[in-house]
Amino acid sequence: MSTAPPDLDRPASGTPEHDRPGVQRGVTRPPAATRILVTAILVLVAVYFLVPVYWVVVAATKSTEDLFTTNGFWFANVQLLENVRSVFAYDGGIFVRWFGNSLLYAGGGALVATYLAAAGGYALAVYDFKGKNTVFGLVLGGVLVPGTATALPLFLMFSRLGLTDTYLSVLLPSFVSPFGFFLCRIYAGSVVPTSLVESARLDGAGELRIFHTFGLRMMAPALVTVFLFQFVGIWNNYFLPLIMLADENLYPITLGLVNWRAQVDRLPEFYELTTGGVLVSIIPLAILMIVLQRFWRGGLTEGSVKG
Amino acid sequence: MRGAQRRAPWILLSPFLVLFALTFLLPVVYAVGQSFTAVDRRGLFGEGGITSSFAGFDNYARALDDPTFVASIGRVLLFGVVQVPVMIVLVTVLALLLESASARWPGFFRAAYFLPYGIPGVIASILWSFLYLPGFSPIVAGLGKLGITVDFLGEGTVLWSIANIVTWSYAGYNMLIVIAQLKSIPGEVYEAAKMDGAGPFRLAWSVQLPLIRPALVLATVFSIIGTLQLFAEPQVLRTVSPAIDASYTPNFAAFTSAFTYNDLGVAAAQAVLIAVAAFVLSFVFLRVVSRRDS
Repeated sequence: MSTAPPDLDRPASGTPEHDRPGVQRGVTRPPAATRILVTAILVLVAVYFLVPVYWVVVAATKSTEDLFTTNGFWFANVQLLENVRSVFAYDGGIFVRWFGNSLLYAGGGALVATYLAAAGGYALAVYDFKGKNTVFGLVLGGVLVPGTATALPLFLMFSRLGLTDTYLSVLLPSFVSPFGFFLCRIYAGSVVPTSLVESARLDGAGELRIFHTFGLRMMAPALVTVFLFQFVGIWNNYFLPLIMLADENLYPITLGLVNWRAQVDRLPEFYELTTGGVLVSIIPLAILMIVLQRFWRGGLTEGSVKG
Repeated sequence: MRGAQRRAPWILLSPFLVLFALTFLLPVVYAVGQSFTAVDRRGLFGEGGITSSFAGFDNYARALDDPTFVASIGRVLLFGVVQVPVMIVLVTVLALLLESASARWPGFFRAAYFLPYGIPGVIASILWSFLYLPGFSPIVAGLGKLGITVDFLGEGTVLWSIANIVTWSYAGYNMLIVIAQLKSIPGEVYEAAKMDGAGPFRLAWSVQLPLIRPALVLATVFSIIGTLQLFAEPQVLRTVSPAIDASYTPNFAAFTSAFTYNDLGVAAAQAVLIAVAAFVLSFVFLRVVSRRDS
């Protein structure tokens, strides 16, 4: 929830220190007291954001018994490898399967969604045709429709078509990113020059070929952003797969871990499995977020800048 | 040639539009239709035949007659009125501090604050549910040693424990949006402010804040929409908190109507009401904000 969409103006981060306004023109350095105070605040806030992650790193090294009897913020008898092994081994390796499912939903969904949004956004930006504004307005409205409002009726429709409880039931809605469409339309409008499309036409290139050779390449920076957003959006989605899927073998990792979490009261060994599983599940995304940080960009505000 | 150019946009658009219609437009139409439909099952399991008929506003009346559903709306409104402003203020302060000359290691802090966004809301809820659990949580234990007893899962507190999870998950992301907008402020603006002798507070208040307003407005609108959709956090915390019932939030209530009571008409009416509320609240907020502009 609470996810405002990205912007394409400039990298949100990864900018070197001297790009910050104060530092760049830092003839007058702020007084030491101010710097210490500001840094202290930033450290405190960092503790808040990192403590749950730190806790799960510690917890994943413990046996269920130690989880209850030892200090949660410090290591006791470290058995991380053992725990991770039992996460992977439980129930014939179901965790690996969930992980693979999540990769399939998020990777496959985001890839197709990015391509479709690119084609649509490019079409609106490059061509003049009747109905263009209607299409744009309709899709823009889709950005504001709460995802969970469509999930329930979608389930009812899919169950009539016999599509529920299949990979497709989660993948099909993931193929559509109204926001990506919006972003691609704005971006294509500012980076794909009409003159280039014209001259490619004179060279005898077909319309689709122009899109695939020039359009896609020029839109690449926007496409990375759209892909990342859609990937994380699908990876983090819980409501849609919860509604669509009954077969455990089709679960993404979110659903699987909630399932494990729900069993701790009856079977305490699930404490161990859940904490271990949570740790393993957040590592890949954490790496992705940090490594690709510079591709995460700001908001719909792009529209107001470039019109 | 001209024909190819006339066809091309539709060829490029059609895969997207077909799927968009299937997964966005049709469900909306279907939900609205369903919300005006009464399904009559004869016999205990509908073995006597199922008939559908136009129900007028019956389903809406039944949804709004249910005190638990009305209470869930009040609950998320209260949640939104507190959590959204708190998060937006936090986000603004963090972004301004990180972009100020006084911050050390801004790259590290930015990454640390942003990290929770990569953790699915439901996994974040699992994490925090452990950290709220008495007898298990090192935080509860630590506070206990200091003589402070807190019950994160009680009737009066659990809503704010959910607010904490939501803030933890999304603050870093919203902060990045604000930082992106801060970085788009041209250097000349800062120089002009400096020439006028503006200190850091004056700079933040009269130069930076007005310029990052669009990002803040946008983050607020999406937070409002998100608040109305709250589901995963209360659903996970329900396993540890008796204060949470199966219609704790409107979305949770719609889910329960559909899958526990199999009352699809009411579930559809509830889903439509949530979407309409999201739309109306966003619209009202945008109106209020833009009126202040003129």
